[in-house]
Amino acid sequence: MEKVNEVLLKPWKFLRRTKSYKEVARALWEANPISKQILGICSTLAVTVQMKTALVMCFGLTLVVAFSSLTISLMRRVIPKNIRIMAEVIVIATLVIIADELLKAFMYETSKQLSVFVGLIITNCIVLGRTEGYALMNPPFRSFMDGLANGIGYSSVLMGVAFARELLGSGKLFGHPVIPAGVYEWGYINNGLMLLAPGAFIIIGLFVWLEQTLLSKKK
Amino acid sequence: MESLISIALNSVFVGNILLAYFLGMCSFLAISKNMKTATGLGIGVLCVLTITTPANWLIYNRLLAPGALAWAGLAQLNLSYLKLVLFIATIAAIVQGLEMLIDRFSPALYAALGVFLPLITVNCAILGVSLFMVERDYTFTESVVYGVGSGAGWALAIISMSAIQQKLRYADAPEGLKGFAINMITTGLMAMGFMLFAGISLE
Repeated sequence: MEKVNEVLLKPWKFLRRTKSYKEVARALWEANPISKQILGICSTLAVTVQMKTALVMCFGLTLVVAFSSLTISLMRRVIPKNIRIMAEVIVIATLVIIADELLKAFMYETSKQLSVFVGLIITNCIVLGRTEGYALMNPPFRSFMDGLANGIGYSSVLMGVAFARELLGSGKLFGHPVIPAGVYEWGYINNGLMLLAPGAFIIIGLFVWLEQTLLSKKK
Repeated sequence: MESLISIALNSVFVGNILLAYFLGMCSFLAISKNMKTATGLGIGVLCVLTITTPANWLIYNRLLAPGALAWAGLAQLNLSYLKLVLFIATIAAIVQGLEMLIDRFSPALYAALGVFLPLITVNCAILGVSLFMVERDYTFTESVVYGVGSGAGWALAIISMSAIQQKLRYADAPEGLKGFAINMITTGLMAMGFMLFAGISLE
């Protein structure tokens, strides 16, 4: 009775004690170093020139991670051990095809800009890593939450890169000019390098540098 | 002929699959510490790309493309959405077959290359090249040249990266910059170098 009262009065306290919450928190805060997430990001860096395309990509990726974790977790007792990678890849590929077709149907222009990079979610290390490392051993709801949290954690890094690249490269955010015209009259020029591939590499390098320095200070 | 040369040059330098399209980063960062293993992986990727790109071209243009099944009387069928699944299955099968062949005929080569082959299946560069090949509407010969060129470009990038990393060991970088961060910035500088080839025109 006391427990029920506690749940009714302080739902957030109860929520915090559930395993799903702990997993989500772990994926979002503790186990989200940029360097680790970037390893999975690799191919998606190409779409960080604009925040809009990056956002669509993040959305697609988060859904694919979440639902592939859910599906694999539901099937975890019937998948034979030897062919589990094959089964996982097939599930992920099917979900990616669905995402790709949906994009083509409802957001044709963006899907043209994303070109092959939606398809490359299949070989993304994070998606396979979550299904292989978590969903195979855990119940469906928790796996779903784990996939969702990892997708969001990863998206936050990607959006950070896109923010820096679009702001410095073309002076815009989500396609809207944010740098006042007066600044240009004083001689400010957009940094075209940020729009090219080297810009992404350098931004990531600087992000990780910052993160490492902050983390080492904390210790 | 000229178009073939420009495709080759473009895929090795300006449109380098690793430095311009970020494909194959996972293995690039994980393996580039040692020059010998980097060379092994680079050659492995080159071999696999040389075989899988034309193979996937045949699969796409003979089975999946809109109207490709006209010879079977199914001209209105468009199976191109299946390309993701079929491409990845083909790549996995070819890598597996290659591994068995090398093991059978050249144990020495297998000892040098064998450990890298399974890694290559999940390398996004392999699938990426096949998808780009479809998107850019290459002919069969062009797809062969593109496959070889991309493989060579990837190998060149990882081998030079491993050489740079050996020198970097003696560099005195700030604490937070060491390791991953400095590798990314080095890659960025390398990408800039590769982009300089954009000025070359053959006409």
